[in-house]
Amino acid sequence: MGFNSIVCVKQVPDTANITSDAMTPEGTVNRAALPAIFNPEDLHALETALEIRDRFGGTVTVLTMGLPKAAEVLRSCLYRGADRAILLTDRRAAGSDTLATSYILSQIVRTIGNYDFVFCGRQAIDGDTAQTGPQIAEKLEIPQVTYLEKVIDLKDGTPKTARLRRNTGNGFEIVDVQLPVLVTVIETANDPRPFAARKVMRFKHAAVPAEVTPEKAEELKAKGLLMEQWTLDDVNADLNRCGMAGSPTKVFRIESIVLTKEGFVQIAPTEEGVTGLVQELIADRTL
Amino acid sequence: MGNFYLDNEDIQFYFKTIDVKKLAEIQEDYAENGDADYVPEDLDDAVDNYRRVLEITGQIASDTLAKNAEQVDEEGNTLNDDGTVTLNPKVRENLDTMGAADLMGFTLPRRYGGLNCPTLIYTMATEIVSRGDVSFMNMFGLQGIAETINAFASQEIKDLSLSRFCNGEVTGAMVLTEPDAGSDLQSVRLRADYDEATGQWLLNGVKRFITNGCGEILLTLARSEHEIEDGRGLSLFYSERNEHVKVRHLEHKLGIHGSPTCELVFTNCPAQLIGDRQRGLITYVMALMNGARLGIAAQSLGVAEAAFRLARTYANSRCQFGGPIENLPPVAEMLTDSKVSIEAARSLAYETAAICDQEHNAMRVTETVPDLPKEKAMPLKKLMKSLKRLNAMLTPMSKFYASEMANKVAYDAIQVLGGSGYMKDYAAERYARDARITNIYEGTSQLQVVAAIKGITSGIFQSYVEEFEQRTYDDPELEALKAQLVSAKEKVVQGVDFVKAKSVTYTDLNARRLVEMGCDVIIGHYLLKQAAICDRKKTILKYFLAREMPAIEKNLLQILGGSQLAVDAYMEIVGPVPAAE
Repeated sequence: MGFNSIVCVKQVPDTANITSDAMTPEGTVNRAALPAIFNPEDLHALETALEIRDRFGGTVTVLTMGLPKAAEVLRSCLYRGADRAILLTDRRAAGSDTLATSYILSQIVRTIGNYDFVFCGRQAIDGDTAQTGPQIAEKLEIPQVTYLEKVIDLKDGTPKTARLRRNTGNGFEIVDVQLPVLVTVIETANDPRPFAARKVMRFKHAAVPAEVTPEKAEELKAKGLLMEQWTLDDVNADLNRCGMAGSPTKVFRIESIVLTKEGFVQIAPTEEGVTGLVQELIADRTL
Repeated sequence: MGNFYLDNEDIQFYFKTIDVKKLAEIQEDYAENGDADYVPEDLDDAVDNYRRVLEITGQIASDTLAKNAEQVDEEGNTLNDDGTVTLNPKVRENLDTMGAADLMGFTLPRRYGGLNCPTLIYTMATEIVSRGDVSFMNMFGLQGIAETINAFASQEIKDLSLSRFCNGEVTGAMVLTEPDAGSDLQSVRLRADYDEATGQWLLNGVKRFITNGCGEILLTLARSEHEIEDGRGLSLFYSERNEHVKVRHLEHKLGIHGSPTCELVFTNCPAQLIGDRQRGLITYVMALMNGARLGIAAQSLGVAEAAFRLARTYANSRCQFGGPIENLPPVAEMLTDSKVSIEAARSLAYETAAICDQEHNAMRVTETVPDLPKEKAMPLKKLMKSLKRLNAMLTPMSKFYASEMANKVAYDAIQVLGGSGYMKDYAAERYARDARITNIYEGTSQLQVVAAIKGITSGIFQSYVEEFEQRTYDDPELEALKAQLVSAKEKVVQGVDFVKAKSVTYTDLNARRLVEMGCDVIIGHYLLKQAAICDRKKTILKYFLAREMPAIEKNLLQILGGSQLAVDAYMEIVGPVPAAE
């Protein structure tokens, strides 16, 4: 009974606190200079899943892909009440763009199986692409609802369905969707709960095998504190679709763009207005 | 996202410099863990837990409590026609958030779901919570009720209530005050009658000014022995909210609007006796009150910290006469005075909390552990006895000093903001209104002085301070500061000798001056200890002594002056009672 959720979370450099050494001379992000944090919108994705479990029952599984130190974001999911945490760490996944990342994440989701929801934050603050969530849905061949701001109701029937409200920028849209579904969540959806002290006291000792010695891993396992650590092999991934090999995106150059024009221009929703806009965009070669 | 623990270097300074590991050791000694799966692996792990708990508290205080505080103050809570109270939705949110974070069973044993934190950590957390919303401290800070149940009630009552406290499902109230029994609790009249037929107690009467009287669990002081008129006729009773207790009135108060202050009417309310008959006031309530007083000291620190930060920020950004007003010496002095006073009060409150931990744990182990080896029990009992006497002085001192300090700091914060401080646009006026209760409830400052003066006149003060005087410091500057403190102590002793030789009335009249002097000397030694490891604290101590040594001198001169006109010429000075208008 209830609804099983899988939440994709990401450890990201804290781009909100940029210092002068945030970028390397080569124009890439200097990750060492930025503290690693829980991607902010992923916290809202997690909170949505936890609220569904609190209201309707079910489970919350969190997963992340990254270096072993990314286990820290998994621990903070356990501090908030997640039931299960999985880290996929594999050198062969390094350099993945959104296409390869979404492929790998979709393979993790398939391997976990038996899910009603896959939740993602709308986007990560390091790449700001907002592509990974939708691409996971494509690969899983399930519907997607982006920009979630409210779970209105869930029906635990056959089939299971959800009524969700999504933010459309200047309004909202209420959609009914059949489960399983992938949902990306925005920050106005909820207030993420604080850590629960008793869970912190227990799960601060939790670790993935890569963080500890094999003996310690055995000890943790006996106490139920060993988090799962998977490789690409564990999720039956096609290596040609992972890492650099599976990533068609090539970064040509990174520039610092300063927008000079302030405010916005209102275009009348008429034939004339739209034609004018299109011509303007053609003129400045946006189109 | 802020954090009222991580942004407060002084609280963190105490966390690092007070021997928290030692406190963890005595706290974990014979801890009642039940089958809890979050027991620390060792003492370092326990200390790490405390730090993490304070971080969680700091985040909630900043992101939830402080954010809600203005609305809570404006709207308050609502009394319903059926004698129940609906909490403000933001107060409810505060409670739910704290409950979800497992913070409502801070000091209780793990077997009930508590965090088993020492009083010192709870005191720090109480300060942090109070900085977020002073009024919410009256929900968070009422955990002493659960502690009282844990210490004195039957196993049945403990099993019934404690895990619900820990999970944030219930809050409690200590139901003591009556219309004619405020400071003088010995005259409580609410009746408790034993009903032979049902085998339970029934409560009848009225209680007034009950903080969170609409809470789910009530500990009520009532007269069970109708033939005994003083405190020995009173017992303490446990009851849960039911239709036999109604809230008749919600007080309209100057401040702490988020805290519902209730008038309660008991009509044949079934209740269970806590512990033994006749020990209600003299044992249980006294124990509860001492803890509560330390809580108010922490609440005072929190509101003072909030007011100071607001004033400092304003003084830095407000420009007049060509620059920020904090460049003007009189403004600068209000801010330095405030900061030094906060740190002084914090040293007293936190050191007292650490001593409370030693006393409580010695008591817990000696009273609850069966078959405790004699070689362990004897020294613990001896320690407990001496600490009890010391705490009977330090706890009222902490409450007195911190609450008076908070009022001064909040008052000066308005002054720093000037006209803006008087307006509702800033929180300064709220802090001043909220601070005003701290030197009134849980015993007025005048009553704290009555409690603390005993320690000063009986020699406890002197022997405690002389232990500190034995310490030697490599730095000659610190030795010179110590010499000032030694002379200050001699002035206290001189004052004590003088009042004792004169009369009891004269002692009562000057008790406040002596307690102020005593607080200064004790705080001076705490700061001296800190100055030996931290240069900034040396500056704080220098400032403190430059300000307080003349104050000690003034107090002594006034005592030695021998004037008793406040008593002897009372009628002549105050004149007739003003005619009713």
